[in-house]
Amino acid sequence: MSCKCNTFNTSWINNNQQPVMSVMDQSRIRLERVTKRWDASPAVDGISFDVTPGQFVILLGPSGCGKSTTLRMIAGLEEASDGRIHIGDRDVTRLPPGDRGLSMVFQSYALFPHLSVADNIVFGLRSRKVPKAEQRERLAKVAELVDLTDHLNRKPAQLSGGQRQRVALARSVISEHPICLMDEPLSNLDARLRSDMRREIKALQSRLNMTVIYVTHDQVEAMSMGDRVILMQHGQIVQDGTPDELYNRPASAFAASFIGSPAMNLLPLVAGEHGAVIDSESDMPVAPLEAANGQLGIRPEDIELRPASASGVPAKVLSDEYLGADTIAHLVVGRHTLRIRLRGRHAITGQHCRIGWPASAAHLFGADGLRRDDLTAYSLMPTAPPESELPIGSSQAELRHFPLQSQR
Amino acid sequence: MTLTAHGKLQLYGALLLLPAAVLLAAFAYLPTIMTVINSLFLPGFRGEPAEFVGVENYQVLFDDPTFWKVARNNLLYALGTIPTSIALALGMALFVNGKLPGRGFVRMAYFTPTILPMIAAANIWMFFYAPQIGLFNSLLEALGFSGVNWLGNPSVALGSVIVMSVWKEAGFFMIFYLAALQSIPPELKEAADLEGTGRWSFFWRVTFPLLMPTTLFVLINALINAVRVVDHLFILTKGGPNNATNLLLYYVYENAFSFFDRTTAATITVVILLVLAVVATLKFTILDRRTHYQ
Repeated sequence: MSCKCNTFNTSWINNNQQPVMSVMDQSRIRLERVTKRWDASPAVDGISFDVTPGQFVILLGPSGCGKSTTLRMIAGLEEASDGRIHIGDRDVTRLPPGDRGLSMVFQSYALFPHLSVADNIVFGLRSRKVPKAEQRERLAKVAELVDLTDHLNRKPAQLSGGQRQRVALARSVISEHPICLMDEPLSNLDARLRSDMRREIKALQSRLNMTVIYVTHDQVEAMSMGDRVILMQHGQIVQDGTPDELYNRPASAFAASFIGSPAMNLLPLVAGEHGAVIDSESDMPVAPLEAANGQLGIRPEDIELRPASASGVPAKVLSDEYLGADTIAHLVVGRHTLRIRLRGRHAITGQHCRIGWPASAAHLFGADGLRRDDLTAYSLMPTAPPESELPIGSSQAELRHFPLQSQR
Repeated sequence: MTLTAHGKLQLYGALLLLPAAVLLAAFAYLPTIMTVINSLFLPGFRGEPAEFVGVENYQVLFDDPTFWKVARNNLLYALGTIPTSIALALGMALFVNGKLPGRGFVRMAYFTPTILPMIAAANIWMFFYAPQIGLFNSLLEALGFSGVNWLGNPSVALGSVIVMSVWKEAGFFMIFYLAALQSIPPELKEAADLEGTGRWSFFWRVTFPLLMPTTLFVLINALINAVRVVDHLFILTKGGPNNATNLLLYYVYENAFSFFDRTTAATITVVILLVLAVVATLKFTILDRRTHYQ
């Protein structure tokens, strides 16, 4: 090992011990008010965030929200119109991609079709004039890591989608850059393979202690892989937090509707006699009067279904979809439809019922779409005993199961 | 007799093929066969029947120094035009594939020589090459050099014809290269950039190999054109001076229609066909193995 970088690089590829501190610092990424304008309107509008070494960060958002552009600006494939990008202690805003010390996995994999798998993987090492012997050594190790040893002489066209994906991963792993950028790497795979690859990528990342910025529009990938999710819309960051925070405390109605499958139900609120009521369903106050003109959000699994004779908001079941482990029922409340998730099988189409939810499960959003933490929605639970009085071992789920008469 | 469904389908297919088959047979296969037969006979004079002479016509041809001179000219012409026009075409395609202002205009400008009929192009170059009033000689004179007799000097004339052919062909081949370049996904360049791959290195390691199918196609076309296209000789030199610019096909034309020696013309034609077939086969077998088709 002649140079310093070699020593620690090899150490982080082989092993599980914590890499040397200087490597950790080299993989810190900091964006300061980064903007990209093509025409008049900005595609990315002054966003700032800071990625700590070893983090798996997801850039999530619908198509056209600027997440890929952000990633490409970090990679250097797109030049920032404004703002600064730092990697480690260097300002890389104007550096060419090759000098930024990062690797990238593309949605299309960007494999060289005329080169064998082995040549594809060592392509970058050849560009960087790594000695042949070392190339072979690193290739053998990485091929082992991503399970491609038997396919090294094949051409990309002879591989399956999942294998091509692994070649692309191998190519970025072999570079031994501590930062890896991924641009929707799984969107060309079928659903089953995608869930396998999700786990593989996550395992690889934690094993090699890579810093990963991962772009996706798939909230399942975001929730299952990310240490941290940055949700974007219209070139701006809507919410930046752990998957748990995004799910349980969405910062806006958009964040609420983007995360979760099926997404959170959003019902417009209007002023009623005794507080805010659901629009076109003016009987039952569900939140303080100040919440009127905003929206009420409840996750499908937090809604409890009760018989029509019980208390709660009156609703009618439009249809039910049986998914195996649970059933998604579509309900109509006033002029609005909402979805609820019920454990097990329920054939309840056409029945009248009432619904309710605990105060803790109801999210309130203002007229501007932002979360309102100053207000608390009313509980629509039937005089539920306080949490402390619950018999030990009985879960909320059990309590919630008032079965309607199922027409089985 | 009733046809089965399968038989009907066969007949239907055969009928669909018939027009093309008739045309090809009448205008390609039959003339080829007639040419081969002609090359084996000596025509009879005053109504006597043609005499079968076997390969004697070929022996006579191979003893003819003019034939060898023309063949050598054609070889030089091919060596002069093919690599140059392909390299130029590739260079132009790379240039107009990049981001540059007025790209559409430059592309069109490069392609213009292709649109011109060969005869018209030759007439333009006739003006460039004219000894007294020509563009090149006027420019040389302005710079203080004495003019060159571009088409009249036997040692320069072939070179002049080659330059004109390259000018005419490069734009045509550029279109193929441009199309091929645009089918290369831009992510490949980005992936290479991220690894700090230089432009030159990327060209030789990625772009050029991916263009191989196009190069092969262009190579075969250029080869055929080197033997096939002689229109400009009619305007520029008529094969002269002293056969210095005579090419095989023009020599065939001269033999057939100036000297009325149809037998020699047929013999040369067969030789040309054989040589082209051998070269094309070699190219495909050797280059095909190194060519990646997507």
